[in-house]
Amino acid sequence: MTENLANLFTFGNMQFLMRGVAMTLLLTLIGCLTGLIGGFLLAYARSSKGNLLAPVRWGAMIFVEVFRRIPFLVTLFLVLYTAQMILPRAPLFWVAVISICLLCSAYMAEIVRAGMESVPTPQIETAEVMNMPRWRITWIIVLPQAWKVILPSAVSYMVMFVKDTALASQAGVFELMFAGKALVNRGLDPLLVFATVLLAYFAISWPLARLGQWLETRLAHRHTERGIR
Amino acid sequence: MAHLKISGLDVRYGTTRVLCGIDLEVARGELVGLVGPSGSGKSTLLRALVGLVPPSAGQVVLEGEIVDYAKKDSLRALRDHAAIVFQQYNLFQNMTVLDNITVTPVKVRGRPRAEAEAQARALLARVGLSGKESAYPDQLSGGQQQRVAIARALALKPALILLDEVTAALDPELVRDVLDVIRDLAGEGITMLLVSHEMGFIREAADRVVMMDAGRVVEVGPPQQIFDTPIEERTRAFMSKIIRH
Ligand SMILES: Nc1ncnc2c1ncn2[C@@H]1O[C@H](COP(=O)(O)OP(=O)(O)O)[C@@H](O)[C@H]1O
Ligand SMILES: [Mg+2]
Repeated sequence: MTENLANLFTFGNMQFLMRGVAMTLLLTLIGCLTGLIGGFLLAYARSSKGNLLAPVRWGAMIFVEVFRRIPFLVTLFLVLYTAQMILPRAPLFWVAVISICLLCSAYMAEIVRAGMESVPTPQIETAEVMNMPRWRITWIIVLPQAWKVILPSAVSYMVMFVKDTALASQAGVFELMFAGKALVNRGLDPLLVFATVLLAYFAISWPLARLGQWLETRLAHRHTERGIR
Repeated sequence: MAHLKISGLDVRYGTTRVLCGIDLEVARGELVGLVGPSGSGKSTLLRALVGLVPPSAGQVVLEGEIVDYAKKDSLRALRDHAAIVFQQYNLFQNMTVLDNITVTPVKVRGRPRAEAEAQARALLARVGLSGKESAYPDQLSGGQQQRVAIARALALKPALILLDEVTAALDPELVRDVLDVIRDLAGEGITMLLVSHEMGFIREAADRVVMMDAGRVVEVGPPQQIFDTPIEERTRAFMSKIIRH
């Protein structure tokens, strides 16, 4: 046992695992940032008005529904094989980034939409009647209020998403889970390795989850204070 | 010539006809009270007038211009002259009182900020809210919020103001201040349509009253006709119900 421990906890191995942690964090961060932007664009497209923009609305809706409903692993392999068809030596990191961007945009679209819909409609209708263009209404009235609803949900999603990034190892992308598997392949004790991997995931998720809870109570509090009394 | 002329206005939600051939002429500067049971289409009429719900038939003429609600330019021109205030949540919650009033004059109409702010301060004084410039809406009472909303509408110098139950969500002691502001506006050449359950106020301040029921105009007349000697049976029934409460 002590020998196993000593074999695992070498400086090189820890460095290797830390690189996995960094990569998991990076993928999560990329997912959430691109997801917020992509999700916003999708939500904005979905809330467009007029017959002319109907195809845009439908496109956005189909995108969201499809990528929310298929397992992430399917998206990942879809992207992997499409990429390899176009570019035989497509870098795996970018395959993972694109898949994550697709998945997170679809999920964040619903989070952003719920946030935008939380802004009371009279404000928006008033601005509309004042001839304010829709992009400006969104930018200076809706988003400055909606972020308080969006942020806690986005962080909660991020916590969930940390776990999903482990699937990227299935496509051969190096991240925490992949690092764990690689160490096992080198003959280290699997139980010890994955216990360490578990702790690392926990160390990433837990502070994020707490941050989400903190944001939720803090922002929700201000939210209930307003309105007509 | 009528300032606002509505003829044969129809509004449908899906297959249900919510407004059925509304005809109404309003003179410039007139204050018209809209009364009628809940669900009779009062809000829908106001919303249709500013193009928030597309009419399915009929014609609206404002300031001699026929409004084509399907055309952006026509709708924009109409909205340059019209304002609407709702029951609640009118103010942009993320902006101060001053910004609420100046944002559209500055960002949409391109007026100089200093001028817009000076005007906003004057309007705030007028609605009795001097000193609240940098307050946020959630720091104001409901009545104060509604007065800011009216000041904000006035900043755009509308020819037509639509008020949809602007006091209905307020505590009784706050209603008076808002009604005082509205009374103050009457006789200034701004045409006003006022939906309200404040029958006392309508009787005293309105030039004419429109009684609506089931998406139709039932009766139009001066306040004492509608309240005291209604011609239509439905108006009579509605009034007796209200007075009994
Ligand atoms: N968005 C909507 N979709 C479907 N029906 C609606 C909608 N808004 C209002 N209605 C219906 O239209 C009718 C008139 O409503 P409204 O104009 O709000 O009446 P009022 O303001 O006189 O109470 C009601 O029967 C109501 O149920
Ligand atoms: Mg109504």
